[in-house]
Amino acid sequence: MSTITATLDNTALHGDTGTALRFITCGSVDDGKSTLIGRLLVDSKTVLQDQLAGVQRGGETDLALLTDGLSAEREQGITIDVAYRYFSTARRKFIIGDAPGHEQYTRNMVTAASAADAAVVLVDATKLAWAAEVEDGTVVKRELLPQTRRHTLLAHLLRVQSVVFAVNKLDAIGDAGLAFERISTALNAFAEAAGVQVAAIVPISALKGWNVATRHADWVGYEGPSLLELLEELPVTVQDEAVPFAFPVQWVEKFSASADTSQGRRVFWGRVASGHVEPGQRVTVLPSNQTATVAQVLSHTRQPKVVHAGHSAGIVLDREVDVSRGDWLLAPGAFEPVREITATVAWLDDEPLVAGRVYWALQGHRWVKAKVARIVDRVNITTLESEPATQLEANSIGDVVLSLQQPLAVLPFTQSRTLGSLVLVDTASHKTAAAVLVQPAAAKA
Amino acid sequence: MNARTETELLLPPMHSPARLSNTHLDALEEETVFILREVAAAFERPTLLFSGGKDSLVLLKCAEKAFGAGRIPYPLLMIDTGHNFPEVTAYRDQRAEELGADLIVRSVEDSMARGTVRLAHPGESRNAHQSVTLLEAIEEFRFDALIGGARRDEEKARAKERIFSHRDSFGQWQPKDQRPELWTLFNTRLAPGEHFRVFPISNWTELDVWQYIEREHVGLPSIYYTHKREVVERRGLLVPVTELTPPRDGETVQVRDVRFRTVGDITTTCPVESLAADAGDVVLETLSVDVSERGATRMDDMTSEASMEKRKKDGYF
Repeated sequence: MSTITATLDNTALHGDTGTALRFITCGSVDDGKSTLIGRLLVDSKTVLQDQLAGVQRGGETDLALLTDGLSAEREQGITIDVAYRYFSTARRKFIIGDAPGHEQYTRNMVTAASAADAAVVLVDATKLAWAAEVEDGTVVKRELLPQTRRHTLLAHLLRVQSVVFAVNKLDAIGDAGLAFERISTALNAFAEAAGVQVAAIVPISALKGWNVATRHADWVGYEGPSLLELLEELPVTVQDEAVPFAFPVQWVEKFSASADTSQGRRVFWGRVASGHVEPGQRVTVLPSNQTATVAQVLSHTRQPKVVHAGHSAGIVLDREVDVSRGDWLLAPGAFEPVREITATVAWLDDEPLVAGRVYWALQGHRWVKAKVARIVDRVNITTLESEPATQLEANSIGDVVLSLQQPLAVLPFTQSRTLGSLVLVDTASHKTAAAVLVQPAAAKA
Repeated sequence: MNARTETELLLPPMHSPARLSNTHLDALEEETVFILREVAAAFERPTLLFSGGKDSLVLLKCAEKAFGAGRIPYPLLMIDTGHNFPEVTAYRDQRAEELGADLIVRSVEDSMARGTVRLAHPGESRNAHQSVTLLEAIEEFRFDALIGGARRDEEKARAKERIFSHRDSFGQWQPKDQRPELWTLFNTRLAPGEHFRVFPISNWTELDVWQYIEREHVGLPSIYYTHKREVVERRGLLVPVTELTPPRDGETVQVRDVRFRTVGDITTTCPVESLAADAGDVVLETLSVDVSERGATRMDDMTSEASMEKRKKDGYF
């Protein structure tokens, strides 16, 4: 068997074309997310015979059953938690996070979005008022569903690089062209008000496969690529390399004095949060404030290398300084550690956030106590306006001021994903309670 | 189609080396190494579940890269059903010795002797009962993190699994109440008696695993490659003929060229027909299969749509 030649040909067909695109599908319940993913898997020939046989119901293929894998989900016909799916085309590999639509499971959508390069927000054309009324020309209220707005907003807040709207079930509407036009107008108006840049609005029928993997010609006046063609071209997340060097220490490896690789020194392992690291660079240690020079840099597999943001590195310093897990190595003078931060939080726990309470906060690999000094406001998902709040309930988004037990080097999340993100953990239940996105210091007085 | 053609001009041609880069495997390896180090740093008494199967051998390869040869900072744990393929057990012991790793073996038969495992009938699969022995081992060694080689592409319940999966003091997975997992800020906080199951190769597919085995020359037990074996055909599967799985009345024993896509309990694991003699051959076969790894090979998963979910809720990894 001429293994090598054949492998190359097949790899080209099945796509090791670089970094996989991680995308999520989100939107409201029953907007057709599971069906869409089923369609992508079937049309890209990822679904295998036994799996397809498992979703036949009364002679019909129910694509949604390919993803709803928990018995509780099948009982209720809803998606509870993210299902991760893998498929590839000739051009690219994909990792899909199929996020649940129910408001109750928003935390699982946020989980999926935090790791995504792109979000496909599904909009069910048949659920909106104009869909039923366009035919007699009645003036209709252009209101998107709250979950469409919430998920778009969360994807935007979490800096998901590309937001794509897929307007689904248009095949079930009489004047699909007019409906698509009006829905597009409403989506664009909402996105503009929310400051969300829209990568594309694609009309689809997940059930029939129109514009999903292949284009459906001469339909609703849309001439762009199919959803899959679009996904093949979307960029992966850009690392925050323009920001000065910052490195959270994940693990300290101690070598015995006899180990020839390091002359008895310690290797600080972690993932470069921003900038890059190379020998000769000066670093300051937070919190000890000592300074040292980088003597050696190793790649994640222990090879000498210059390492850039987003990648793991092992760093050996030129002298013994006090560094432990949770500390940060920082470009000297580039960061001003703070004891108070203003942040946008997506509250995920069933126990509401209460001003005055102390939580655990995790940034990089560092745990500190954080007290909610005050709640600034809450976002009204419908109007996008800020409103006063005394607590933040599950699935709400708001701004808070946190005071920290120890200083942290932070940057606004818009500048650095790693320096600008924390999670809050309930000290009693140990549940992950919030995604925290640091705001620019002067944003909210 | 004009838009697409124009974009295509900007991309390297399909067969150019740039398109065939190892970037994807490198990214998977890097993620796995990051998680393995996180476990070493965040927990006091972690262990790595090691069966001698291909996924756990890939995990071990990544652990060697994370910590350096001979320096894996946690013991390996094997839950032995007593129904193992001898080639796999032998290879498991050989690898552990080569790596200088501490290998702990706890067996379902010991749990049966203690009376904590009761079989419904002597021929019953011991796969599900592994959970009992596993939980006993966790209690004995007070493990707080167990690294496993499960992949999300294996099965629908697995597809829902977090990388750091919190378990209560009964070892139970709560699929409706999983902790949010944001960025790589892993919340590893535990109450006494609780532990985590950690899955560093969650995002790998069967194809990725084989491509990595080929690229890194990862050694495997011989039964992963083609060999001649006595089998009978039963419900579309090839059932290996062994002392534990004799042919039933009316079944014809045949010698076929087969290999295993997955290995586990002899009573529930079936080979597939194959002439693939090395990892490169298997990569090619994997690219063209039309039945999933479990569909082709596992008798126990066919019994119930939700059998994996149920077992995971019972403490299975």
